[in-house]
Amino acid sequence: MSLWRKLACVALALVLGASVAANWLAPGGYARQYREATDAPPSHAHWLGTDEIGRDRFARVLYGTRISLLLAPAAALLSTLMAALIGGLAGYLGGAWARMAMAVTNVFLSLPWLFLLITARALMPLNVSPLVSVLVTFMLLGLLGWTTAARVLCTTAGSLRTSDFVRQARAAGIPGQRLFWLHVMPNLKPVLYAQFWISIPVFILSEANLGILGLGVAEPMPSWGSLLRELEGLVSVGEEPWKFVPLILLVVVVTSFQLLLSKQEEVAA
Amino acid sequence: MKHHGEKSEEMANRCGKAIAVAVLCLGLLLGHAMAQGGGELRFCLRTEPKSFDPLKVEDDASAAIRYLTGGVLVRVNRNTQELEPELAQSWKVSKDGRQISFRLRTGISFSDGTPFSAEDIAYTVQRLMDPALHSATGDAFRSGTGSVETKVISPTQISIRFPAQVAGLDRLFDQVAILSERSPKKEMAVLGPFLVADYKPGSSVLLKRNPYYWKTDEQGRKLPYLDSIQLDIQPNRDVEILRFKRGELDLINSLDSEYFDKLAATSPQLVHDAGASLDSEQLWFNEVSKSPIPAYKKNWFRSANFRRAISEAINRDDLSRVVFHGHAQPAVGPFSPANKFWFNSKLKPQAYSPDAALKALQDEGFRMENGALKDKDGNEVVFSIITNSGNKYRERMAVLIQDDLQKIGIHVNVVTLDFPSLIERMTQTFDYEAIILGLTNVDLDPNGEMNVWLSSAENHQWNPQQKVPETPWEAEIDRLMRAQASTSDASRRKEAFDRVQEIVVEQEPFIFLINKNALSAVSTTVHGAAPVILSPQTFWNAERLTVSAK
Repeated sequence: MSLWRKLACVALALVLGASVAANWLAPGGYARQYREATDAPPSHAHWLGTDEIGRDRFARVLYGTRISLLLAPAAALLSTLMAALIGGLAGYLGGAWARMAMAVTNVFLSLPWLFLLITARALMPLNVSPLVSVLVTFMLLGLLGWTTAARVLCTTAGSLRTSDFVRQARAAGIPGQRLFWLHVMPNLKPVLYAQFWISIPVFILSEANLGILGLGVAEPMPSWGSLLRELEGLVSVGEEPWKFVPLILLVVVVTSFQLLLSKQEEVAA
Repeated sequence: MKHHGEKSEEMANRCGKAIAVAVLCLGLLLGHAMAQGGGELRFCLRTEPKSFDPLKVEDDASAAIRYLTGGVLVRVNRNTQELEPELAQSWKVSKDGRQISFRLRTGISFSDGTPFSAEDIAYTVQRLMDPALHSATGDAFRSGTGSVETKVISPTQISIRFPAQVAGLDRLFDQVAILSERSPKKEMAVLGPFLVADYKPGSSVLLKRNPYYWKTDEQGRKLPYLDSIQLDIQPNRDVEILRFKRGELDLINSLDSEYFDKLAATSPQLVHDAGASLDSEQLWFNEVSKSPIPAYKKNWFRSANFRRAISEAINRDDLSRVVFHGHAQPAVGPFSPANKFWFNSKLKPQAYSPDAALKALQDEGFRMENGALKDKDGNEVVFSIITNSGNKYRERMAVLIQDDLQKIGIHVNVVTLDFPSLIERMTQTFDYEAIILGLTNVDLDPNGEMNVWLSSAENHQWNPQQKVPETPWEAEIDRLMRAQASTSDASRRKEAFDRVQEIVVEQEPFIFLINKNALSAVSTTVHGAAPVILSPQTFWNAERLTVSAK
């Protein structure tokens, strides 16, 4: 393992550890409003200052990290499973199945996903708790984010279907289901892992995009997206560098994932 | 005793000083004259103007251009809020409120030199009231079926008769820019201080001084002082602020409280807080009987005691202080105290008292169980508040209200939606529980809000388009609004609308939260600016503004 990958692992472990320990590190919680100390600079009481309505920014960063880091992999898992089901199976079956699956995938790929997410968000019931809203947001991301991975898996499964060892296995009389689970799936695994790792930073950024539009996780729950909205006012940010912390954290985490991902890609190749 | 040589030197020194003083004085005079007679004012329009036809104005950008270029018969003074003569020397509204007669000034020409006469007013009014034009300005005059009759008595006299009474008739002419009947330039021939000289779509509009403008100042000098006004089309507020800070813009007509404070921190002399504006922000509950929300929630929302308790539990001072950085006032009712004549001064903002709110709810049969409020049937009091995404002030207000109501055991879910989805829920499906939105008032007269307060109106947002009023108090508001609209007696109108305000405050169909302050920024190079609360806040006296060299 290279030094950079080790550093990436350490960075991810630190960030994840701090977010898991949020209750202990920031006992005040992410929703408490210190209305007498709004938009305050960093202090002993508030390490990263407070936001516009007086909530402790450090607590919100920790809890927001927890949400983004725990739910983005969940959404990535969901999208990878869907991609495996649709793309992998279609590639293995080939012929009309593959053409049909790819047609559906292409239709999904041509949809403007951001508008689709906004529409889906607008159709959701209103009276849901912030926890449900965050789960639904990431579930939507997972349900809509399988298409690229499905194409990759379809192609890989298609080439496996026509590979010599699968032909030999088929000629030896191994039935279809057994052939799929025993010979095809193990060879798809590295690609599945790679797709899973690729999706995580994509979903983190997607949620951040939705958050910037005000359509992500419901208040008062924080997420990286809602925290990044503070950077909207270009005029003010230069004077308040501590507001960049969520952005720096996002860059560190996404970069760390990319560094780890390059290892996965090598394995997949 | 001084030598001859010394005397000559002294003489030369004195001459030199005298010349220097003379040059300085001349320079100052020239500078002053240049400032008086020249200069270009630069500011931003936030959107592309949709029309240069003053009768088709629907957006803020077009309204700004109409204000700067259009000549009107009468003008509401944005500072005193009084109606003043402009193209009309005098006017008279008939007792039945259906007819208005104007006596016009003489010797006035449009910007292309075409003479102005009563025929032009007749032409403008006929065009304004043409249903095919779909003029929003014209809609304000429509009070009954039938056509509008214009009678040109002489080139300087005209009377206009409407099919039914139009309340506040004379003030409505503040929005009617007179067009020329005979000019080949049609709507581009104007009577206002400036004319549209150039338009680059998506980029800018250049206004130049109207050489035929009729007004002069107290010293007899021709108005306007400015040579031109450069209006850059710039939707991005951050860019607008940066350009203002760099000196590329001379004013910002409307400023957010956040930017106001940032500017004030570095350049307090540039920012102006004119106090509470006419704009309000409010929360309301869905009271539509056919809405798809549970019946028990409808019962809460249709209870005046419930609404009053919610209102009492909201800390408006904190909304003003925290969300708007103190640049807003706790709202009282339908009209802001900024509306000097129509505001009912007996009304006071709802005091914040969570204890009193909880007691009122308990009197209604609600009870607190493990920190959660439940109604008499055991339903936990939970509802959602929606607002439009991207409006950070409304989102913050919603979060503060969420926290305030949590203190009396009410759980609020805050949902932000894109604006079209919100409007669809609000006006088509009625699938919502509570909304935070604002009302932008451009009209001082309550008739401008008939479409809100009449129970049959589309914008009667808590329960719109009722066939018959569903509550006695809404029936009473209908009666009072019609009564004030059917008389031209100002004191009777005021009496009726005062009562409307009282009923609204008692029943709280809208829980008025705050009135935003009118905030603006004006460069020190602009002279004569006196920002006010009425739109256009900073350039309402554009004809008397001057810009000195930067």
